[in-house]
Amino acid sequence: MEREEIKSSRRKFLKSAAILTGATIGYSWLKGSTFLLHGAEPEDKAVPWYGIVIDIEKCIGCGSCAASCKQENDVPKEPFFFRNWVEMYTVKNDGSVEIQSPNGGIDGFKQTVPDDEIFKAFFVPKMCNHCAKSPCEQVCPVGATYLSPEGVVLIDEKYCLGCRYCIQACPYGCRFIHPVKKVANKCTLCYHRLKKGLDPACMEVCPTGARMYGNLRDKNSKIVLFLKEHTTQVLRANLNTGSKLHYNELRSEVR
Amino acid sequence: MDPQYQYLYDALTHVQGYIFPNELDLQWGILIVVYPFITGLVAGAFILASLERVFNVKVLKPTYQIALLTALSFLLVATMPLISHLSQPQRAYEIMMTPHSSSAMAIFGFIYLWYLMVVLLLEIWFDYRPSMVVWSKEKKGVMKWVYKILTLGLSDISPRTVSWDRKLGYIITVVGIPSAFILHGYVGFIFGSIKANPWWSTPLMPIIFLFSAMVSGVSLVMFVYMAISWLRKKAIEVNVLDTIGKFLFFILLLDFTLEALDQIHRIYVAEESFEIIKLLVSGKLYLTLFVGQGLVGTLIPLITLAFLQFYKGRIRLRKTLYAIVSVLTLIGVYSMRWNVVIGGQLFSKSFAGFTSFKVGLIGLDGTLMAAFWLLLPIGILAFLLWLLPPWKMVEEKE
Repeated sequence: MEREEIKSSRRKFLKSAAILTGATIGYSWLKGSTFLLHGAEPEDKAVPWYGIVIDIEKCIGCGSCAASCKQENDVPKEPFFFRNWVEMYTVKNDGSVEIQSPNGGIDGFKQTVPDDEIFKAFFVPKMCNHCAKSPCEQVCPVGATYLSPEGVVLIDEKYCLGCRYCIQACPYGCRFIHPVKKVANKCTLCYHRLKKGLDPACMEVCPTGARMYGNLRDKNSKIVLFLKEHTTQVLRANLNTGSKLHYNELRSEVR
Repeated sequence: MDPQYQYLYDALTHVQGYIFPNELDLQWGILIVVYPFITGLVAGAFILASLERVFNVKVLKPTYQIALLTALSFLLVATMPLISHLSQPQRAYEIMMTPHSSSAMAIFGFIYLWYLMVVLLLEIWFDYRPSMVVWSKEKKGVMKWVYKILTLGLSDISPRTVSWDRKLGYIITVVGIPSAFILHGYVGFIFGSIKANPWWSTPLMPIIFLFSAMVSGVSLVMFVYMAISWLRKKAIEVNVLDTIGKFLFFILLLDFTLEALDQIHRIYVAEESFEIIKLLVSGKLYLTLFVGQGLVGTLIPLITLAFLQFYKGRIRLRKTLYAIVSVLTLIGVYSMRWNVVIGGQLFSKSFAGFTSFKVGLIGLDGTLMAAFWLLLPIGILAFLLWLLPPWKMVEEKE
């Protein structure tokens, strides 16, 4: 009889212990989970939420942005690693498009299409779009890529596995494996400079002021006023990446 | 120039059209082709074993243990190509320690461990335990202790216990079928969920991966069964081959239908990426897609298998045809993995050009390494068959 009682009370104990443990694990998992719904919400309303504007009309294709970025951020000089680069688009009279970006535009461009065949030619500087619903951040298996409170997409170099899933997930081709550090690398909007109150290197050197960044939350900021007065567009809007890089005068040929 | 960049400068001369400057180098090479191929073999082999057990297909009994051990051999190696392709392999464990819940890749470690520890190892253990108890009594020396340790000290082989073994094994098999589906469907999801890549991004991807996995796993078990029988100088039972062949025929047909559906859909809706994909399949993927995957891996096996559904004549011919079919479908599924993994990285996300891919022979992500990861499971299988020979198992009393 007594034995039976011990058995049943033990069973009760085990049962409640299992339920408690399971519920705790389940709750903690569900609470922090972004399992299916992905997308960052600005956490702290007091800190700025950065966006970027690039004015295609103003870009003269000098490549200073790309060159200064490599200098500032310790990116190898070889023409396969870029945190930002400039593309030259040439739309021909027959509607076909030629794109080039030799060495990211650092050494300048050579127009190969004869003048009388050109319908329109223009430069498009590219860089990380610092997406609010960034696909690269979503897929990182360890969370080495993350969004800073200011909405800047950053990488923890001490944590990155180098699995390259983020590179596959970025629709803009903005990521690469740093050949020396052997981890993923990308534009940080010169976060180290931002924190000191300085502008990102590419914006500092742009001779025509084609690039700007600013606080999207501040309705009186230069960037918000610019967005109010101009018709801007983001790249690959169909992918719903929440891109915070807005292009002024973006043509449909640009991808 | 730094010699480590030589291959990139070479690749630069092979670019067609415009690619984003960071896209020159392929991020996932031949190891990531091997990885879904191996995982698929595991899932497929297991599903064949389950077929025998759950649906009680008695004819397939001689392949049951072979299928399980084949699945285990490949599963043990499945993570190796993944880990060795990482730039920081020493950090691989972080994926288990601090998984990022929104990442499709983060859960793989858990699904893998679940499948290995809870499904495969347990099922094999329950299946072999009574035999291992007997072997531990029969053998002498080291082997006696090896089997003793493998039984985990549970040496009770009374009919009641053994029937419990069988019941528990059955439950695990039932749990194992959805697990195998998840294991490989999930690998498909890793690719299918990348919205930036139109060649990968389709909800059909997990299902296509699953069916091609079954094709490859079933083919492999058929081939291994023939090879083992041949090596042991035992007769290959043509009934077994016929049954597996019938199963393979329907799976392959389904697989083909699904993949065709995917392509037809692509062609008909002709989205933004259509032009570049058209160039991809008619150019860089022509050989591996139309010849490797389509003709060699699908059409010829389908026609042969269809023929074998009706032809019940010369046994020798049938056996030879089955052997050829199994090898061809394996080539086909390998080509499919190649077309997905490599094909998806050859075109630029600007949809305006192509980069090139040249597999090296040596190095961590070279052909030799890939071949090693494909051959190692065969070695493991040979060892497991020696350690746990299905043909020496203690007959169960029905």
